[in-house]
Amino acid sequence: MLLKNTYNEFIKIVAKPRSYLGFGALTLLIAIIIFAMKADGETIVSFITASFEQTLSFNGKLVNGNLIAFIILQMLVVHIPLLVALVTGDLISGEAAMGTVRMLATKPISRTQIVLSKFIAGAIYTLLLTVWLGFLSLFVSHLVFGAGDLIVLNSDGLVILQEADILWRFGLGFCVAFLSLLTVATLSICLSAFAENSVGPIVSTMAIIILFTIIGSLDVTVFDTIKPYLFTTHMASWRSFFEDPVPYDSIIQSIVVLLVHIVVLIGITLYKFNKKDITS
Amino acid sequence: MFVNIYVNHPFGTIHVLICLIIMEKQAIIKIEHLAKKFGSFEAVKDVSFTVNKGDVFGFLGPNGAGKSTTIRCLLSLISPDKGTVELFGQSLAKNRADILKNIGSIIEKPDFYKYLSAQKNLEIFARISGANVSAKDIAEMLDFVGLGNRAKHKVKGFSHGMKQRLGIAQTLLHKPELIILDEPTTGLDPQGIVEIRNLILRLKNEQNKTILLSSHQLSEIELIANRMVIINQGKSVVEGDVSSLLNSEETLVRIELNDVEKGKSVIREKLNVSTITQISGNELEVNISKKRVPELCKALIDADLAIHAIEPKRKLEDYFMKIIQA
Repeated sequence: MLLKNTYNEFIKIVAKPRSYLGFGALTLLIAIIIFAMKADGETIVSFITASFEQTLSFNGKLVNGNLIAFIILQMLVVHIPLLVALVTGDLISGEAAMGTVRMLATKPISRTQIVLSKFIAGAIYTLLLTVWLGFLSLFVSHLVFGAGDLIVLNSDGLVILQEADILWRFGLGFCVAFLSLLTVATLSICLSAFAENSVGPIVSTMAIIILFTIIGSLDVTVFDTIKPYLFTTHMASWRSFFEDPVPYDSIIQSIVVLLVHIVVLIGITLYKFNKKDITS
Repeated sequence: MFVNIYVNHPFGTIHVLICLIIMEKQAIIKIEHLAKKFGSFEAVKDVSFTVNKGDVFGFLGPNGAGKSTTIRCLLSLISPDKGTVELFGQSLAKNRADILKNIGSIIEKPDFYKYLSAQKNLEIFARISGANVSAKDIAEMLDFVGLGNRAKHKVKGFSHGMKQRLGIAQTLLHKPELIILDEPTTGLDPQGIVEIRNLILRLKNEQNKTILLSSHQLSEIELIANRMVIINQGKSVVEGDVSSLLNSEETLVRIELNDVEKGKSVIREKLNVSTITQISGNELEVNISKKRVPELCKALIDADLAIHAIEPKRKLEDYFMKIIQA
């Protein structure tokens, strides 16, 4: 029954026009970034490297597909949560708003299976969005700009990664980025179980992300104790794969925090949905 | 059922074992002392009733009486605070999935995924119905409810009546034993109401389905239900056979005629009927045995009275009002 309903959920996601909004928005944004970098990329990069030019000399093509892919990831990972929440925040509350939750809950499928099938379908959608992001940022950027070494500016300084040493970092980086987005998806599904319309969970998800991001960026001692436990603190950990050496301990810690968030949020959703009186 | 009888005989006691076949009615729904609160509001206080196999069971009550809450408890949409719900002899709390496999329902109004076609909607619900429903079954069911030519059309373009018919298709798709219909004729035009009524009668007569029908259309209930319960202010007030409760031997007849006073005296004298009510300047209501209605007509015609209309007035409406007001 779980698999059958997961298939049902996926059919619903595929049939909803809003599901394509994310893919369309990503395509448009990446096209704009690529166009901008093609037009003025050299100036932007030279502005960044200018402070190092007294001690270093740069040879070769700095504005290449790898750098563009990295910039795209950097810029969009902040905004993609909205595109994910747009679909996943509607998964339970949308059924309540339409009244179909009544029809679902009178079928011989348990409420736990209903929630889990929605979570699996939401995870597949998030994965597809991440894969689409990866395809556009890597494949198209390489087509337009070609390959080359990657220069990454970190808080510690400049990291130069050889062309042959980059692809696996993107691969693992996308995996962690997916886990971050999956946490956002789970949060919006959880909020969706408390609401009767889809606007509330989508807005609430974004509000929580913004609030946690602000708390994470404030240099206030009071917040230092909670910062490591906020999922937003770990959403940018995909970037750690572009450090040399790669700080695996910190990445694993981030993965654990994100996974704990996912498990706890699914638990809350299951508890709420199983206890809920369906009166809509 | 076996009965042991011991008969004293001069040669000793004879033991006679008699096998009796007793046709007991099987209870499909058994609700006992159901109660449900929402905060401080008691939506259902004490509702009990039994629906037997093959019944078309009318579930009546004014707005806010607790009908929908009771039906939602029956379908596990709402957890009751008190009381027991048994379906097919099993506890709903313990055997939810097994029980729901045998139930088809429409609650208030059928809601569908508007962005999907009628066929896709049925496919979605069939997949989780617990039964093997083929594409052919879906096509046949859409034909059965008169939506065969709209199978590929998105539900967002459907009228209320079409959605209601699609709801019926969804209800019957997995061939359930029990059908629960909560206000199935709400918002339908007269033709739609007749269609639903005929469909319910076909389900009862041709497929021997058990049907729980909640409706404000008392005339519908009177026409198709064999048993009923009336609930008021969260409590079940009366339950039984429709014909016994309404005393089907007598009927209320409305007569429209040219001379009401003369009509009254003719009915009193010739038929010896005393319960005559004048309801307007040219209308009378007479409580009379069904068998005597032709005699009533003849007496009025013989007295040269012009009868503009004569019709049996539905009694359930009066009975319902009497119970509710009491």
